[in-house]
Amino acid sequence: MSTLTELEEACPSRVRQGRGLDSIDGVTPGLVASPLGTGEVAAVMRVASSAGLSVVARGAGTKLDWGNPPASADLMVDLSRMSRVIEHEAGDLVARVEAGTSLAQLTEVLGSKGQRFPVDEVVAGSTVGGVVSTGLSGPLRYMYGAVRDLVLGITVVRADGVVAHAGSKVVKNVAGYDLAKLFTGSYGTLGIVTELALKLKPVPVARSFVVAAFPSPRDLTPFLSALLSCQAAPTAIEIERTAPSLPVQMSVLIEGRPRSVELRAAEVATLLGGGEPFVTPPPGWGQLPGPVTLKLTAMLSAVPSLVEQASSIALQLGLPARVTGSAGTGVLFMGLPDRVPAVVLAALVADLRAVCDGLGGHAVVLRAAAALKSQLDPWGPVPGIDLMRRIKESFDPDRRLAPGRFIGGI
Amino acid sequence: MKTFRTGRRAHKAGPKTRAGEAIDLLAPIVGRDAIICDPVELATYECDGLTHFRVRPALAVLVGSSHDVEAVVGTCARLALPFVARGAGTGLSGGAVPDSEGVLLVTSRMRAVLSVQANNQRAVVEPGVTNLEVSKAALPHGLFYAPDPSSQQVCSIGGNVAENSGGAHCLKYGFTTNHVTELEVVTPDGATVKLGGMVGETPGYDLVGAFVGSEGTLGVATKVTVRLLRLPAAVQTVLAAFSDTDSAGRAVSAIIAAGLVPAAIEMMDALAISAAEKAVHCGYPKGAGAVLIVELDGPLAEVEESLLDVNHHCLEQGAFEMRLAVDDADRARIWRGRKSAFAAMGHLSSSYIVQDGVVPRTALPQVLRDIAKLSEETGIRVANVFHAGDGNLHPLVLFDERVAGEEARAEQLSAQILDLCIAHGGSITGEHGVGLDKLTAMSKMFSEDDLATMQLLKAAFDPHRICNPGKAVPTPRLCGEPPRPRRGTQPLQEQGLAELF
Repeated sequence: MSTLTELEEACPSRVRQGRGLDSIDGVTPGLVASPLGTGEVAAVMRVASSAGLSVVARGAGTKLDWGNPPASADLMVDLSRMSRVIEHEAGDLVARVEAGTSLAQLTEVLGSKGQRFPVDEVVAGSTVGGVVSTGLSGPLRYMYGAVRDLVLGITVVRADGVVAHAGSKVVKNVAGYDLAKLFTGSYGTLGIVTELALKLKPVPVARSFVVAAFPSPRDLTPFLSALLSCQAAPTAIEIERTAPSLPVQMSVLIEGRPRSVELRAAEVATLLGGGEPFVTPPPGWGQLPGPVTLKLTAMLSAVPSLVEQASSIALQLGLPARVTGSAGTGVLFMGLPDRVPAVVLAALVADLRAVCDGLGGHAVVLRAAAALKSQLDPWGPVPGIDLMRRIKESFDPDRRLAPGRFIGGI
Repeated sequence: MKTFRTGRRAHKAGPKTRAGEAIDLLAPIVGRDAIICDPVELATYECDGLTHFRVRPALAVLVGSSHDVEAVVGTCARLALPFVARGAGTGLSGGAVPDSEGVLLVTSRMRAVLSVQANNQRAVVEPGVTNLEVSKAALPHGLFYAPDPSSQQVCSIGGNVAENSGGAHCLKYGFTTNHVTELEVVTPDGATVKLGGMVGETPGYDLVGAFVGSEGTLGVATKVTVRLLRLPAAVQTVLAAFSDTDSAGRAVSAIIAAGLVPAAIEMMDALAISAAEKAVHCGYPKGAGAVLIVELDGPLAEVEESLLDVNHHCLEQGAFEMRLAVDDADRARIWRGRKSAFAAMGHLSSSYIVQDGVVPRTALPQVLRDIAKLSEETGIRVANVFHAGDGNLHPLVLFDERVAGEEARAEQLSAQILDLCIAHGGSITGEHGVGLDKLTAMSKMFSEDDLATMQLLKAAFDPHRICNPGKAVPTPRLCGEPPRPRRGTQPLQEQGLAELF
């Protein structure tokens, strides 16, 4: 029996040839299967395993060009049909969803009961599975933690087609290894995430944004430190510098009960010397700069310095870099035009890595055209890489899952 | 409590030679005085907080530095000797029970707070530092370390990392895993590796996330970087008295469903209250069948308004008395009853089993009714003291070991409570860990495939299975064993093929 026939049996009438539109960063998958449910994913993966197929998973396909292009993609497992909110028990503040559920759909379902999954839709159209697999958080991470802090339980299909669960659907659980954390941000290299149990939060009744501008990153320092130690308990502290020599804008989100939000927003406005608070977010709030996107991190006290140094490196290279991100957590993003020459980008990344390294952080190229990434290592060096390789070897000994896409060529 | 001893067979020719060899290799590095091999002295280290698992290690090493840990683990790797790390020994699942042929690595001498970086909201500490010491070091900067297990005065950060410890306030603040950003660990091959970083997010697999809560089975943490949080502006604590646990449980659900996020919601039932009254005279409202302690913290205006809502929900569900702590001393009085509850059980019963299970919060009233029914049917008393906001139950199963068969019935009831947790989609442990104690229950909560998948992680860190072997996740080899194999010597142990699990 041919592999195609076997796949068709595993995933009836939802297997087809790959097309240009399915291409992952320039690599067109041979076949595309769109299974319905964890059981079908497992059946598909068993066929892929016996046929030795390389496999890349896709949700909405919004971040497939992140990391390195896969070395090969014989089969794409498309999870877009797996988009059910399986369970939402409001009294437990927990929801279970299929990985292909879009953040937008989830927000709507949860919102009807006054709750939310507190992870921003940083890239429009993202699925829960995609956000978990890339570990992508936005402004809300300052208050609620990163994606990894909000995943309670996980169902995955391993490279060999075995279905495994870890965690549970309760908020407190220390039974067994926390594989949900291992899979969060693993870019599909350890298995295919099919279902997730998520920790929810209530939607706050009121919110307010305080915006203030500072001539240079250095001017930010005392205000940032005052903000971190004030009692206004902001939900998010974001900064933005639209071009290397322009002022830096800081936007602070305050959420809670109406009266308290009013008082706290006023406190922050006074502290920052900002004007009247806004009810709606400032333009570009929580969106990634691009089209070429870098992630730059530094310890909290070094955020102004990172903005300053990153701007001046970009300026020297003549790049109109835009820097945004969370000043409250030290996770920033840099956006560049896609016409940046590959050698210039490589030089920029090398310089930024040296800077971030000195400030307790890292520089990663999240998104860039394959031709640009071929001249550099998008991930850069990281301690613990040997352990990471051993983990990959243990979970996917034949290197068939998104081969080469992740850090260190994993 | 039942007592069971193994490990008397540790000093046989083969193993002893290896242990002896380890002593010879380690003495010049760690110092002879840091090595304990006298059986009497070793008795101190036979068990952790769960005293009925006792194994005497071949030797214990009181490590003083990362370098010492590296030397000990490296030596064990070379000699294929099992090793177990131990912090303060307060764990409640037997996770730090030594291996009879192996080395116990005691981190209590590694007690330096290496730095408190207020401007980065981080502290870097050695594993032997106690949980409370971290918050004390942060206090002058207006910061605190959020996870606060009940044993925080004595338990160590290294142990917290191993167990992913929580505490009463983890309802709002989360667990150890949400507050550790970087670790220096010695992996079972003896290499020192940095995991994570100062920033909460680092590229690559989340090794910190994998390591925290792995119960010391993936390596030994030698340096821990934790997040520090701003101390809240306001704290309000209220005690609500109900006629029964049903109405108290409904109040918990109402509070959560209304979108309130208290820092803590704790519950005690009538039996637990009576024990606490006998022990510390906490003066809880008379006639209460259940009390809730609800603590709110955060910005003043937020706390004030939330407090009104909490009062409203409690009263609506039938609370007959509400007491608000007027100051810190008053707050401490309210908490005293709750915090003394475990120890207070001595006033009610000669022996008891502390159980730890989790259910979805909405299932609390039903599960409490089921536990009461089990208790009625068996005549075994159960006191309930627990983190209600998280659905984390701590039933205390009381028994008298002098009454024939009562201990066995208590154990059975305790196991049935975990079955209830699993049936409701919950967990067999919310904070005490699996250790040696709950290996059998793991096979009920997870499938063989689930467990085998967890073992893939173990294999990547510890292919030779020398690092706290046989704990946390049952090995496929023995995971189908009957529930109580520790009553006598296991056939495999007898043949010298396997130690306890």
